Order: sequence, then structure tokens, then C-alpha cells
Amino acid sequence: MHREDPLKTSGRFATPKTRRDFLGLAAAWSAIGAFMMAMLGAMRLPMPSVFPESSTIVKLGKPEDVLVGSTTYFPSHRLWLYRDDGGFHAISSVCTHLGCIVERTENGKFSCPCHGSKFAADGAVLGGPAPKGLMWVELTVSPEGWLVADTLKEVELGKTLNA
Amino acid sequence: MSETRTTNSPSSSSNGSGERRIGDDGAMGDFARNLLDTPRSFRDSVIRHGKPTSDRARSQAIFTNFFFHILPVRTHLHSIKMTATFGLGVATLVLFIILCVTGVLLMVYYKPSVDQAYASMLDIIHVVPTGRLIRNVHRWSAHAMVFCVILHMARAFYTSAYKPPRQFNWVIGMGLFVLTLGLSFTGYLLPWDQLAFWAVTIGANIAQSPQELTDALGVTQIFDPGGMQKELLLGAHYVGQEALIRFYVLHVMVLPIITTIFIAVHFWRIRKDGGLVRPLAADAAEGGQVSSVMPASEEPAPLKTYGLMSLMKGRTPAVNLELRNTIMTWPNVMYVVAAVAMVTTLAMLVLGVLFEAPLSEIANPDVPENPAKAPWYFLGLQELVSYSAFMGGVCIPAIVVIGLGLVPYLDREREDTGVWFSGRKGRRVAVGSAVFATLATVGILAFTVNYGWLRNWEATAHVPQIVITLFNPGTLFVGVFAAWSVAVVKLKRSTRMGAIALFTCFLVAFAILTYFATVHRGPNWNFYWSHIDWPVH
Repeated sequence: MHREDPLKTSGRFATPKTRRDFLGLAAAWSAIGAFMMAMLGAMRLPMPSVFPESSTIVKLGKPEDVLVGSTTYFPSHRLWLYRDDGGFHAISSVCTHLGCIVERTENGKFSCPCHGSKFAADGAVLGGPAPKGLMWVELTVSPEGWLVADTLKEVELGKTLNA
Repeated sequence: MSETRTTNSPSSSSNGSGERRIGDDGAMGDFARNLLDTPRSFRDSVIRHGKPTSDRARSQAIFTNFFFHILPVRTHLHSIKMTATFGLGVATLVLFIILCVTGVLLMVYYKPSVDQAYASMLDIIHVVPTGRLIRNVHRWSAHAMVFCVILHMARAFYTSAYKPPRQFNWVIGMGLFVLTLGLSFTGYLLPWDQLAFWAVTIGANIAQSPQELTDALGVTQIFDPGGMQKELLLGAHYVGQEALIRFYVLHVMVLPIITTIFIAVHFWRIRKDGGLVRPLAADAAEGGQVSSVMPASEEPAPLKTYGLMSLMKGRTPAVNLELRNTIMTWPNVMYVVAAVAMVTTLAMLVLGVLFEAPLSEIANPDVPENPAKAPWYFLGLQELVSYSAFMGGVCIPAIVVIGLGLVPYLDREREDTGVWFSGRKGRRVAVGSAVFATLATVGILAFTVNYGWLRNWEATAHVPQIVITLFNPGTLFVGVFAAWSVAVVKLKRSTRMGAIALFTCFLVAFAILTYFATVHRGPNWNFYWSHIDWPVH
């Protein structure tokens, strides 16, 4: 077989010409690809499939114990529970901007201490950097008659529970 | 006896007892002499050259030493001039070493558990011998390292140290900048105090903020990179035990190792790129003839041999020229490095003795700090984040880091490298840009504080979030500075001048935003002239 000048083929950016070059490159890229995929697979480990927190489904009490027109705060569940003539609803106190806990101020409005987002009494954004209104949390009544909230499940603004 | 020893141990100690006369007292005599000679022959086996009294021994002191051989045997005079570097790179390295040493000491007592972390901090402060000092030094060195990295970056930029062949080393430097910030951020959570908890809650939610964009596009349900990032960082939905362990592993293992590798490559490339950048005049000064030690082109050094010739880059061997304007590295450069190391260490010790590292009350997930402020170097970002989380926390930092990383590839002018600001023209551009950036930054901030932004005005109170994400004071900064830099490129007909304008705008805006958020932002991120005006709870 005709031998090529080694100086030409061993240059830094020699273009693949021969079948041998092609096979060598294919082998090298296969090896790189295989290691990349292995790394990618290993990176699946830190993505949790089960979350360490206690259940996000929490009992808030018996519906009949909540007075009409009342407002109750559950600090550990980070939500406000309201009961008015229309029924029950719950609003999360976690700011939609960067996760601080909003404070309830005059007229039932909310304001965030971290970056000054302002929310109306129904959670809608009034000002500041929050991208969306405070989350309305899903409420249900359990078969045993408890008022239950799922703090990760959102319902649309204005949806109340009649119980 | 002493007579025998002097004859038996000539300067070449490599073949100890082999040439000894046979027969006078046999193997036992050899053994006794070897035993007595052990300290000397051990030393000679470690340090394989004589006392550094000749240039030959001085060069051996450098190139036969594993730790020093990253340095050249002879160093250019310009490299040890105070105004060439201000020793900032060495100071940063020294701070990193101080942080590694004090960090390992703190690890002895620190427990990365939600129940015990804060208590172990109190132990370190109040019970552990020298614990308070070591923690103070660790904290202040971390701050100082960020500060030195920024100054070092500015020095490298303004002296054109990113020009060929040093382009990629500038990119590695940007990587080290990001790694330094990452180390600081991950270390911030470990004390598990109120400030740590809420600063990291904010940080983790910034990682989640791409949802601002995916929500606007309505695809969060199927494609949620923001949520994934947050889960990867925290291992949960909230900052808790999982997050603490993850931050601990990143802080004490992953990031220090990556940083060490980056530092090694950074230093190695300095050497391979012909040492520190220096002006052409530094070589021409003495003999008039330009030393060919300067890389004459971007051609790589010869690849096949590694003789003395290939140590010097350039087309022609620098016969008799490389000695001009250079000094022996041992001991001259060693004195400079040692001086910088001592000043840096002393400064950190003094800071550690005089000032207590802050520790607020134990983390309370129910009540945020008000205001919850990140460390100073993130406060400028926090101000941007208070306009839009995604834009200020993700996009603009990415634009800045990528933009700065691309500078060497967009500006390839070769004139006046190694000269501060590339001469008088560049100094004028820098001053002009600093004035412009000051006016623009203060102006936009004053406008925002006085009149608010889109949501505060009747006509635009209900614009969709995507409009605020794309158009807010933060993006205005970026747009104005980009426009200014392009205008400078056009008017001055020089990409280098544009680069100086851009970098100056970045530095000035960073400084002003940091100052503004530190001093003038109070509870609820409202504007106050001073801390005294804050409302009392």
C-alpha cells in the first residue's frame, strides 16, 4: 500500500482520508459518546423521585369549626384559609417571585418582605416583581369529613369549596 | 572519622558508598559511616543541587522542584513590577490556600445536619480553641477572594492580557470567577442561620425562575428546566436537610476540586503563553532591539522536540537575547511571591482578630428575614432580581459571563498589549465610559425609585409578565451599555476601545448596584436613604 508522508497526516488538523482514519475517529467518538451517556445516566441519581418533606396533603380541621367570615393562618403549611358566604378557599403565603413568606397587611392585602411584591386580598399581583398571583390551593373534604388542602396543587383564582 | 567523611562525600552524593576503599573496616564500617551520613545524603536526595550561589544552581532550584517548575528559570523584569499586576493573582491563590486550610479545620467540628449545624457553629465560636478566629479568617478570606478575583480580572482586562495567545486563559479565568462565586454561595448556607436559609431560598428560586418564561409560553407542564434545576439543587421543594447536604458536598468537595484543576490549568497556560503580558517597550527599553522571546506569531511552538530551543516561543531562537531585561527567578520572584503571601495572610489575620463574622439567629422557615440580603457581591444581582427573577437572576448574569468570555474573540487588535488601558486613548475611553455608566446607572435607579415601573402606571398596570421580563430596568442597563460600546467601536474605529467601554460599564454598574442595594434597600426592599430610617418592628 502506498504510504503517505507522515508529516502531512499527523498534522494537528489533518482531515480524515483513509478508511483507517474513519474507523479510528468512529471508535474515538463512540468511546466519548458512551462515557457522556454514562455520565448523563449517573446524573439521574441526584434527581429525587421521592421528596423528603412530609406529605403536602394536610388536614386543616373540621369544616364546621371554621367560622363564616374568618381568616386563619397555618404557618407550617404556609397557607391562609378563608371562609366567607361563598364557601372555603385557601391562598398560599409563598411569594411567587422567589419563595419568601408574604405578610398580610391592611385590608387583607399581602406584601413580600424580600423584594417588595404586592398582592391583592385575593392574591392577584398589584406590584413588584412577582410573575403571577399567589397560588390558590386545592381544598377538598375527606371521606372522614376533614377539610384537606394539597399545598402543591393549584386551582384557578376564585374557585371556592362549598362544604 | 571526619577526615573520612569529607573525602567520602564529594558534591556528587548520588552514589554514596560504592567507591569506598575495600578492606579497611569492612561492611560494618560502611554501615556506620552511612548511618552518620544519613541526614546529609537524605537532604541531597531531596534537593539535588548545591546551594543557590551560582546561576546554574539557582536555575536548578526552580526547574528541579515540582512546585516551582511552573515558573521559568529567568523572569522578565516587567513581571515583578508592582504596577504590572499588583500581585492580585498570587493574592487570590494565597486566599484560596488559606480557605482550604481553615475550611478543613472547620470541617473537624462542623456537622452538616439541620438539627446540629447551628449548634456546631456556636461550638466553633464559643468552645473550640481558636475556632472563632479560624471561622472569622475563613469568612473574610472568602470575601477577599471574590474581591481579588474581580480586581485581578480588571487588571488582566485593562492590560490586554486576553489578547493572543492568551485568549483561552481569559475564558478559564471567567470559569474561575464563576467557581469562586459558587464556592461562596454554597458556603453561605452551612451556618444554618436565618440569613443563610433565606438567601439560599431566594437563590434556589432564582434557579427555578425559568418558569417565568415557560409559564408565559404555557409549556411548564411538559418542559420545566427551572423546576428541575431547583430540585437538583435542593433535592426537595424547600431548603432542608437534603439541600444542606448537597451544598456541603459541593462546598467541601466538588467545587474545591474543580477550582484546583482550573487554577492548575490557568497557571500552566500563563507559562506556556510566554509569562505575564508585557508591553513591547519593556523589551525595547534597554537595547532597542525587540526580544524574540515575545511570541512572534500565533504559530504554536515546535511540536516534536522539547529541547531548550522550544522552551522559547517565536520564530527564531533568542540567542543571547533572552538574558536581557530578565532576572533569575530564584530568589527575586520568590521574594515577591512570599511578600504578597505574607501581606495577604497578615491582612486576613488582622481582619479575623478585629471583626466578627456575622451569625444571625437559627434558621426559621416560617418567617423570612426582612430584608433578606445576600452577601455583598450578590447584592447587585439581587437588585436586578427585584425587577425580574428570570431576567436579573439568570439571563443577565449569563449575558455578562458569556459576553466577557467572548471579548478576546471579538477584539483581536494586537497594538499596545501589556499597557494599562492600551495608552492614553484607552484611558480617555475608560474615564468617559465610567462617567457615562455612572450617569446611566444612577439615572435609571433614581427613575425606578421615584416612578416605579410598568405595573405602577395606570396605562400599563396589567401588561403580561413576559413584557416585564423582557423590558425592565435590568435589561435597560444591558441595552444601554451594549449600545454605548458599539457606538465607541464605531466612533473610535477600534474594537479594543469598545471592549474597554463595555468592561468599564460593567465594573461601574456592578459597583453602583452593589452599593445601592447594600445601603439604600431596607425592609420590603423599599428605598431608604440610610439604615437609620428603617421602620422599627
